Amino acid sequence: MPNKKIRILIAKPGLDGHDRGVKVIAQLLRDAGMEVIYTGLHQTVDQIINAAIQEDVNVIGLSILSGAHYPIAEKLMKRIKENKMNDVMIIIGGNIPQKDIVDLHKLGVKGVFPTGSKFEEIIGFIKTNMG
Amino acid sequence: MKDTQKKEKDVTLESGIKVKPVYTPDDVKDLDYSKIQNPGEYPFTRGIHPFMYRTRPFTMRQYSGFATAKETNKRFKYLIEQGQTGLNVAFDLPTQMGLDSDDELAEGEVGRVGMAVDTLKDMEYAFEGIPIDKISTSITINSTAAILLAMYIVVAEKQGLSPDKIRGTAQNDILKEYVGRGTWIFPVEPSLRLITDTIEYCAKNIPKYYPVSVCGYHIRESGANPVQEIAYAYLIAKAYIKGALARGVDANDFIARISFNFDIHGNFFEQIAKFRAARRLWAKIVKEEFGATNPKAMMMKMIAGGGGGGLTIEQPENNIVRGAYYALISALSGTQTMALCSYDEAYTIPSEKAALISLRTMQILIEEMGLCDTADPLGGSYYIEALTDQLEKKIVDCINDVEKRGGIVKAISKGEIQREVARQAYLNEKMIQSGELVKVGVNKYRIEEEERTIEFHNYDPSLVKQQIKMLNKIKTTRDNKEVKRSLEKLRDKAKTDENLMPYIMDCVRAYATVGEMTKVLKDVFGEFKEPVSI
Repeated sequence: MPNKKIRILIAKPGLDGHDRGVKVIAQLLRDAGMEVIYTGLHQTVDQIINAAIQEDVNVIGLSILSGAHYPIAEKLMKRIKENKMNDVMIIIGGNIPQKDIVDLHKLGVKGVFPTGSKFEEIIGFIKTNMG
Repeated sequence: MKDTQKKEKDVTLESGIKVKPVYTPDDVKDLDYSKIQNPGEYPFTRGIHPFMYRTRPFTMRQYSGFATAKETNKRFKYLIEQGQTGLNVAFDLPTQMGLDSDDELAEGEVGRVGMAVDTLKDMEYAFEGIPIDKISTSITINSTAAILLAMYIVVAEKQGLSPDKIRGTAQNDILKEYVGRGTWIFPVEPSLRLITDTIEYCAKNIPKYYPVSVCGYHIRESGANPVQEIAYAYLIAKAYIKGALARGVDANDFIARISFNFDIHGNFFEQIAKFRAARRLWAKIVKEEFGATNPKAMMMKMIAGGGGGGLTIEQPENNIVRGAYYALISALSGTQTMALCSYDEAYTIPSEKAALISLRTMQILIEEMGLCDTADPLGGSYYIEALTDQLEKKIVDCINDVEKRGGIVKAISKGEIQREVARQAYLNEKMIQSGELVKVGVNKYRIEEEERTIEFHNYDPSLVKQQIKMLNKIKTTRDNKEVKRSLEKLRDKAKTDENLMPYIMDCVRAYATVGEMTKVLKDVFGEFKEPVSI
């Protein structure tokens, strides 16, 4: 769908309320021409899945800073499979240690962008994989 | 001369002030010393005490707490042994959000970023063997602050202390949670009511306690510039004061017990001038707007800490150096309490070693460098005085702007302040990504394949099982009739205008859980609907 706008759900799962990063990314992707839907704070995995279905998005981006990225990603990927949403790409950003990236990939998370990732890299990754 | 000036590149501070290459007496010719005054004299530009640190050095208070109360108790005792002079308790997110450790929503978060508290029992363990009349304790808690404060008071009771012996601070600044940090539960109005309840209760019962620490810190960490940091914090503080005044509490009594928490990173001189300007402006606000006559109420007391926002993931050891400069700024700014983010904090909860380096950094300033010898050593500098003056004007403009638009409570409820701060964060990040704003090791002098030796804080899931086991045990051994009675009483009173603190304390004494009390309040107050537009 080269001519269609990419629709991305930017979500903040769990109890952590540090939303500086997630709001920066939401503004960035919007300025890069994507349709950005931001969930707000304190979302459960089920709420995120429901929002993704309702908004019919191509991408779900999670922002996680609390250290709980693995259990959250594990739960999300399970629901993704249950709901047969295999065409939705999952990316995660936040305070993610280098050593955890491989494990997140193994779960099916397509892109991992730790704090400090380059803007072009994030935009480029989404556009390439959705293009 | 003209040619050299042309070559000078423009320097603009984050607050929008243009910096001149040199400052002379001309830049301060309109500044009469009566507007600045000696330390300890209104308007306290140079500090709130006549001799500042010569009389008593700043309190060193590192933020700590993790896993269970018993683990946290061990770290507290270690820090006290190492010469730390105050405690600052970190709670885990479920506790901050009013959820018990066995709540489904708490999964994966119990004890992760702070200590888990379900009932009074946890607070009893955390302070076991720590004489709480001898050490002042900050509790970093907001939407559930009334509950945790009630627990702290009851722990003091059990240690045999009368309430007037309790010293310390509750962060208890809910309005900033809607702007940054995000641990809100209830809508804005009932949240404000809970804050007012705690202020009123403390003013009448625990005179040495600081019931609110208004946080510019998190607002700046969320992206605000230094002017917005102070302006928004003052607007928030004014909202709390107005609430307490409406209850008939005397301004002279309680304004002196409101303290501030501010952030340090960014331009060295801008931060120092920011604090001097803030101190002067607060004195004027309290005197002129609230008609206080007690000089103590006019003194802006703060914890000014080296902020995490300035630290970098890249080349983390550089953060030790940054921390030392932040500590220096803090000392030169006349802070009452200092805390530093540790060098590994961009990665993890600080290791014992990293926390110790932060403590030593502050001790070196006090004991080796002569920072405590004389008050406000930069006072009288042409640059610092001129900058202080300019910053004060900018902060006043920013405050007036929000007030003209209908005030801070409305602006936060509608998400306006949140949007402004998020916009600022985005612009800032763009400047870092383009290299316009230099971060050493990040966008300049970067090492691509750097070896990182940070030791990660270990999160031990078996402690969660212990925590839940203890919670279950308490639930079966407590007097459940009394729990039910006190919770229903709290529900009834939440529907009235009565101060809730005594009723929360009754629930606490009965070992009602944080989750049970929050649930009752949620039933009555409802939940905040976040404005999510970017």
